[in-house]
Amino acid sequence: MFRLTREPIDIRKVADSLQKPEDGAVIVFEGVVRNHSENKAVRFLEYEAYEPMALAKLEEIGARAKGDYAIRDISIIHRLGRMDIGECSVAIAVAAAHRGPAFDACRFAIDTIKQIVPIWKKEFYEDGEVWIEGAH
Amino acid sequence: MSIRVLFFASLAEIVGQREIRVDAGDFTDIGSVFSRFARNFPPLENYRASILAALNSEFCDFASPVRDGDEVAFFPPVSGG
Repeated sequence: MFRLTREPIDIRKVADSLQKPEDGAVIVFEGVVRNHSENKAVRFLEYEAYEPMALAKLEEIGARAKGDYAIRDISIIHRLGRMDIGECSVAIAVAAAHRGPAFDACRFAIDTIKQIVPIWKKEFYEDGEVWIEGAH
Repeated sequence: MSIRVLFFASLAEIVGQREIRVDAGDFTDIGSVFSRFARNFPPLENYRASILAALNSEFCDFASPVRDGDEVAFFPPVSGG
């Protein structure tokens, strides 16, 4: 399942809906909102997306993960809008017969999200706000 | 007969809009679309080296041709996750 949402993500539900009896490992990754950025205190974040392309890229990452790693299935959910400190901004669940490929595919998915999925983060501080731009 | 041009994140703030329709006949490629907006919104020029472009939801370069009905998007390097 690949989805963009403006609601809080329930990672347990994501993992439970992915898991099947043939799986030996379910790996879950959560990206969470951190309270600081380069020594500045962060109050909250907002995420914005080019939604049709972002969803297509999440699906593409999922297809590549399933093609390149011995996993059975993968779900990726990215939240948009305002998020407070500690909230989950992105959740990835990977199900596989064995843990090795599941860890590897999960790492591949989060690393690739940060490179090719058109989503941007804005950090809000006590004294202002800044759009964060990724490494090109 | 038009092209939809989309801007995101800091670029949307510079342009002041997220979506603008332009006449398809005025443009040959993605670069010509960007240059038109950079003339009207000079701070965009600072982004020329790092900006990413998409044509109909797929990454493209500035030399990609544009046609009537296309959707063109300009945005900064992504920072999701």
